[in-house]
Amino acid sequence: MINFEYLRVSTPKAAIEALSRDNTSQWIAGGTNLIDLMKKGVMAPQKLIDISNLPLKEIKKEGNKVHIGAMALNSDVAENELIQREQPLLSLALAAGASQQLRNMATVGGNMMQRTRCPYFYNTDLPCNKRQPGSGCGALKGFNRMHAIFGASDKCIAVHPSDMCIALAALDAMVLVNGPKGDRRIPFTDFHRLPGDTPQKDNTLERGELIIGIEIPDNPYRKNVHYLKVRDRSSYAFALVSVAAAMDLEGGTIKDARLAMGGVAHKPWRLSEVETWLKGKSVSDAVFREAAQLAMRGAKAYGQNNFKLKLAPNAIVEALKAATQKT
Amino acid sequence: MATKGPHNEDPNDKALNKGRREFLKHSSLLTALAVAPPHLVKAAESALDEKAAVYFEQVPLSLEVNGVHHKLSVEPRVTLLDLLREQLALPGTKKGCDHGQCGACTVHVNGRRVLSCMSLAVMQEGKKVTTIEGLANGDQLHPMQEAFIKHDGFQCGYCTPGQIMSGIACIREGHANSDEEVREYMSGNICRCGAYPNIVKAIADVKKGGHKL
Ligand SMILES: Cc1cc2nc3c(=O)[nH]c(=O)nc-3n(C[C@H](O)[C@H](O)[C@H](O)COP(=O)(O)OP(=O)(O)OC[C@H]3O[C@@H](n4cnc5c(N)ncnc54)[C@H](O)[C@@H]3O)c2cc1C
Ligand code: FES
Ligand code: FES
Repeated sequence: MINFEYLRVSTPKAAIEALSRDNTSQWIAGGTNLIDLMKKGVMAPQKLIDISNLPLKEIKKEGNKVHIGAMALNSDVAENELIQREQPLLSLALAAGASQQLRNMATVGGNMMQRTRCPYFYNTDLPCNKRQPGSGCGALKGFNRMHAIFGASDKCIAVHPSDMCIALAALDAMVLVNGPKGDRRIPFTDFHRLPGDTPQKDNTLERGELIIGIEIPDNPYRKNVHYLKVRDRSSYAFALVSVAAAMDLEGGTIKDARLAMGGVAHKPWRLSEVETWLKGKSVSDAVFREAAQLAMRGAKAYGQNNFKLKLAPNAIVEALKAATQKT
Repeated sequence: MATKGPHNEDPNDKALNKGRREFLKHSSLLTALAVAPPHLVKAAESALDEKAAVYFEQVPLSLEVNGVHHKLSVEPRVTLLDLLREQLALPGTKKGCDHGQCGACTVHVNGRRVLSCMSLAVMQEGKKVTTIEGLANGDQLHPMQEAFIKHDGFQCGYCTPGQIMSGIACIREGHANSDEEVREYMSGNICRCGAYPNIVKAIADVKKGGHKL
């Protein structure tokens, strides 16, 4: 790892000012993604601005929303009593990610900003349009077992690796941002983006904009929720496919549902159309299978990840079933 | 403010280091101003030469390790793992992968388990670190160390310091209520020798013993 300057800040304002003063600088929060990428030479900021001490760790109820500070640790959010009671889907998704040691370091903001785990992105000797725009996408015709089946482009087929973000996309969260040009609120599903011709941009945040927190509006999804993560080993591995499912049931009828998938796209893949279709239907395996087929419209695989075309719908059915069975 | 020179180079350029000396002479003062005590800042202002620049590559750091207070100066890029092993002569904490993937480097910071290979030393300012060397009380081993011996919780032993630090935290967190839960919450510690069944037994035993950890 090449050396760098180090600066500690204690207010969001100072963090934003320090970053805008120097375009080779980068914020560091938990460091679990950035340090890794710096050791590999994928990123090489010349100055790190330590934002881990910013007073943005609160998890609290504000009116009819839950507010989570950007610096809250992944483990603290997963195990928070309010989150477990009111937003259990988020708690489940967080607990499915990384390991307890990493969750004790990783922050909510850092989790949203983590880069893809595509091996071409991680290896500076190989082509990758995300790391080096114009160098080509090595994964397109290469090792693409982990890669996207939705919304990819011929410039990039990488996926966003977060579990937490899949739940937040399903739960209609809002991202709160402060920046040099003022404050913004970004709907979670608009935060991450599809690769298109500019895969170097993971999300719609502009340089200098700091995530200060997220808000989740009240919802009825307190019981019939499930986060299913399919991976190469049963824990401490990234998702091949994951499904966040939440249902509001009345007897055997689906009053409303929330559904999103991970491991399948450059952003958390919210299945709004399927949610609408499920509304008013009765719970049954046949309904879930039909929902899963609907979800797969437009899916496209790239060779090594062909198995996802079968795995993804099966995972949706399993997740919906598991969610209905929660008591 | 000096933002020229290497600042404008491609971040992937491996030649970055070449410009570094020059760059440090001009701009390392900024870092120093942010974190250094006043007398150092003064020294820097009066003598911004090569010597001062080298000096200012080091950031002052004070932290407690296994109950001992240290006042150190470290390069920003030094990880907590390397600080422990190379500067504080505490090689009990192991480097397995150095990329957050194995758990061999697990230590406690302010009582919680973290990966020291993914932590910058300079970010531990004012914190309390506990390593495997800090567990025993004189000749009296920690109950988790005793349990690993009793249950044969290791073969080569390389992952063991990390397993023990993680196991203690696992119980403290309240994540050791069943073998299944222990396995899930210990998944961040890889054992190449496959001693998992006995590791789970050791943790379950300590949990059952109701020791104050
Ligand atoms: C071995 C391993 C396994 C993992 N497995 C999983 C997994 O299964 N599932 C999963 O979801 N994740 C997994 N992760 C990834 C982990 O969740 C992320 O590394 C972590 O969430 C990043 O958070 P951080 O605070 O450490 O970010 P950092 O590394 O500190 O920062 C990452 C980036 O975010 C930027 N940033 C940080 N905070 C803010 C903010 N408030 N505003 C704007 N920008 C900000 C930083 O500038 C930096 O560029 C794994 C990681 C490792 C190393
Ligand atoms: S050495 Fe830190 S996790 Fe492997
Ligand atoms: S005992 Fe050898 S790696 Fe665990």
